[in-house]
Amino acid sequence: MLAATLSLTLLGALLGLLLGIAGRFFAVEVNPLNAEIEALMPGTNCGQCGFPGCAGAVSAIIEGAAPPTCCPPGGKAVATAVAAKLGLALDLSDVADKGPQIAVVTEEICIGCCRCLKVCPTDAIVGAAKQIHNVLREACTGCEACVDRCPTEALTMHPVPVTLQHWVWPKPVFA
Amino acid sequence: MGFMERFIGKVGSHWGVHPSDHKRPAADAPVRKMPMPARLYVPLLQHIGAAARPIVLVGQKVAKGQAIAEPQGMVSATIHAPTSGTVSAIGEIVAPHPSGLPMLAITIDADGEDRWIAPDAPGALPSCADPFALDPMEIGKRVAKAGVVGMGGAAFPSAVKLTGSLRAKISTLIVNGGECEPYLSCDDRLMRDRAADIVDGIRIALHATGAKEALVGIEDNKPEAIAAMQKAAAGIPAVTVRPVPARYPMGSEKQLILVLTGREVPAMGRPSDIGILVHNVGTLVAIRAAIRFGQPLISRLVTLNGGAMRAPGNLEVPIGALADAVIAFANGLKEEPARLLMGGPMMGMQLPDARVPIVKGTSGILALTAAEAAERQPEPCIRCGSCVKACPVGLLPLEMSRRIASADYDGAVDFGLKDCVACGCCAYICPARIPLVQYFNHAKGELSARERTKLRAEATKKLVVARAERIEREAREKAEAAARRKAERDAAKKAAAEAAAANPQPTTEEAES
Amino acid sequence: MSEIRQIYAGDLIASPHAHGGGSVGLTMRRVMFALTPATLFGLWLYGWPAINLFLITIASCLLFELLSQRLMGQRPTLGDGSALLTGWLLALTMPPWAPWWTGVVGGFIAIVVGKQVFGGLGQNLFNPAMVARVALLVSFPVVMTQWVAPQPLTAAASPSFVEGMRITLTSPAVPDAIASASLLGHAKTEMSRGIDLVHAFAAPTAPATSSVGMRTGSLGEGAALLLLAGGLYLLFAGVIGWQTPLAVLAGIALPAAIAHSVDPAHYLGVADHLLSGAAILGAFYIATDYVTSPNTAIGQLLFGLGVGLFTWIIRTWGGYPEGMAFAVLLMNALTPVIDRYVKPRILGRRRDGRELEPVQS
Repeated sequence: MLAATLSLTLLGALLGLLLGIAGRFFAVEVNPLNAEIEALMPGTNCGQCGFPGCAGAVSAIIEGAAPPTCCPPGGKAVATAVAAKLGLALDLSDVADKGPQIAVVTEEICIGCCRCLKVCPTDAIVGAAKQIHNVLREACTGCEACVDRCPTEALTMHPVPVTLQHWVWPKPVFA
Repeated sequence: MGFMERFIGKVGSHWGVHPSDHKRPAADAPVRKMPMPARLYVPLLQHIGAAARPIVLVGQKVAKGQAIAEPQGMVSATIHAPTSGTVSAIGEIVAPHPSGLPMLAITIDADGEDRWIAPDAPGALPSCADPFALDPMEIGKRVAKAGVVGMGGAAFPSAVKLTGSLRAKISTLIVNGGECEPYLSCDDRLMRDRAADIVDGIRIALHATGAKEALVGIEDNKPEAIAAMQKAAAGIPAVTVRPVPARYPMGSEKQLILVLTGREVPAMGRPSDIGILVHNVGTLVAIRAAIRFGQPLISRLVTLNGGAMRAPGNLEVPIGALADAVIAFANGLKEEPARLLMGGPMMGMQLPDARVPIVKGTSGILALTAAEAAERQPEPCIRCGSCVKACPVGLLPLEMSRRIASADYDGAVDFGLKDCVACGCCAYICPARIPLVQYFNHAKGELSARERTKLRAEATKKLVVARAERIEREAREKAEAAARRKAERDAAKKAAAEAAAANPQPTTEEAES
Repeated sequence: MSEIRQIYAGDLIASPHAHGGGSVGLTMRRVMFALTPATLFGLWLYGWPAINLFLITIASCLLFELLSQRLMGQRPTLGDGSALLTGWLLALTMPPWAPWWTGVVGGFIAIVVGKQVFGGLGQNLFNPAMVARVALLVSFPVVMTQWVAPQPLTAAASPSFVEGMRITLTSPAVPDAIASASLLGHAKTEMSRGIDLVHAFAAPTAPATSSVGMRTGSLGEGAALLLLAGGLYLLFAGVIGWQTPLAVLAGIALPAAIAHSVDPAHYLGVADHLLSGAAILGAFYIATDYVTSPNTAIGQLLFGLGVGLFTWIIRTWGGYPEGMAFAVLLMNALTPVIDRYVKPRILGRRRDGRELEPVQS
């Protein structure tokens, strides 16, 4: 009986030692994920998340200070991609996925004050002093930075219109 | 082929399905020509590629066959007026698409004269007595100007195919007379009635592509068409008529090539990669009309069929006629159809409404009764594997749909989603009635949307960087301008001080003392 | 001008708009049709207790399916026939005079543990009937190996309806005159006692080994030839492919033939193997279960071979006389692996998935 106890104890100790050594030598290094995650973000540094730019948001998510759902313009798509990359749990319940949106100028109300085009991160607004402004659809990312700047509330967010070329069959739903 | 392939070949290839034909009596009724409707709605996008751009204005008078929209980019096609009249609008109409979304179209009010464009008018297509004396590149150019696209349903611009084939060396032209979809018979009627014209078109295409031989594949459920084509091709050694077994999707070009030549088109590739070019019989008739007579593509044969159609048959219809006008000319509907389709039942599109125009790729309008249309109450997948046996490409639809249901699109791609031709064999045979093709179309759409989002994000990042550079540049220029002004001011001050030193003026103090 | 209208997802119907006409229920009914002759024979062979057990097993499967679907908040789908078929197959593998609670426990394990817990129809990894049978065999070995000699319904010695009820509900000790060993069971016990097969079957205590079915065994064992006929019907109706049944039978027959020719005294012959136990039942009805077998023809060949081989190995060298249930479960575990590596070749690609090279002729 003594022989059995001794041999099993020795075996356990030996295997434990091996595991410890393996844990030290084969440890996986944490890759610098920041650049990879940043590539998934919209990249406009709009600040709606409250962090200094997209890089700031990425650092916060990796540290755990912010959930993957912290990017409003990214919506569900960005949140899912970031969570998948980092292996984080995802709670999509309060992500208001309005879908991709673009800003539209109501031309009758625009007074040409130029306040909005100064803050657009992609220079999507064209205009000049005392001239009616307009938003270039392809350049607008929906960050909403311009909406608050407009003194006459001429800027509103609208969903990107679906065209025949971009229409997608919906996934079948079973009753 | 390896030992494994030979063994599998012996075990039997089950690809495809055998739906009931439903082609007769529509196929046996003689073709009727629809009189020109009062108004035609000609869409700007009737082909694969970029939409055409209008070159006429509202209120302009146009002649029959006059070009009204020009191609945009490499893969595009010209659009012509199907009749003479006045352009009454260029705007949005309901697209012949299940989504019911709008698309741009040119509306022409017919003036009743149906007057062809004068042969010497600018932009009119020249006719040609001897197409075989023309240079192949010239044939390609004229086919492009005639707006000919694939008439089998895919509507790929034929000129792009022809000129592309001159670069790749084509050895075999395959003429697609398969028409494997049930209910449709427009190609059947074309082969029965105009076999000589088709063979003429084949010979022109052989000359235009440099191919040595042409194989005409016709399904064996069309014996009259086979006989007519054989008679027309007798005495022309380059053209051989080869009946093929009637099995859906035999008319799919990859399957037809496999059955007629035993060769496979590489995945993600085109038939020209293996020296083969495939053209539908209707396309060849259109090519012939364009080259011999200078006639652009402005009308086509359309099959009207289905249990709810009162007088099933084939009609020659001008492009842009509304489907409900065509149905009305064909004596209308017997009952309210359970489903209205454009195309065949396997790959055809559900129409949102009958007031949509006939386009260059419309092979048929089907009004199916409830008994004919498949009702769908999907049950869970029982993994029976019928879809695996039926798939002509060798995919695993049950695995792909399972991945797509849990939004694992990359997993679906691993199982071959990109090779799916959306033929519908899997959903046809599935005992659980799962809408497999909808899953695959959804996934393909999501993957395209993802690609577009990625491209958009890259472009956005470039814009953000460009803006930062602009701001920095403006600040730099401002600083330089300020420095320059300061330097000028200093220089001016210095000059004034020097001038004052050289020319002393009495100061007020001295003047007072 | 037509007004522009948005179609909502409810109205959208994707192609194809034609259908081949099959359904899940139709497939299940075809299998039941194929099983009917053998089942009727088995019920006649063993009398009222067998009929009671058969009905109780099926009823319990249906009941548990209804309960679990209700509990999960799903619409009950008893009409598709899958629970009924599971109960039917399970009953055919049970000892004919087993007590009522084996049917109920078996039904519970088959439906709840073997199927619903995985997610319902189409999601289970293991064959539900075999899961139940193995669980019962391992948990209640005495009851599950209590075989009786055939007591045809029409013979005088067969229990009456009331007697049959008593046997099923109270499970009295089986009189020696009726108790018997199955062929495989007898072979195993005699070999473990050191008596070789030749003597074992020559002895007066050897069980009947009739090939037309008048033999001791489970409900579905006796009618091997009727099961074969049903299986051939399924083959011609296109419900099953030929790959799995042929591979299972080959997997049993080939090693049996080799071993028997080398040493007939210690290894049973091919006919004994194929006509005993659940060989035919397993080959045509159990191993061919869609959900738990591979998707491709080659995969099914490998699967069937594995089932056959494992069955022969367990029968010959394992602790149990009958190995089909264990073999099926073992191969079910390997099905995802087979499916991962055995895929059809995609048209236009090589076997490894790369595109074919363009070739100008």
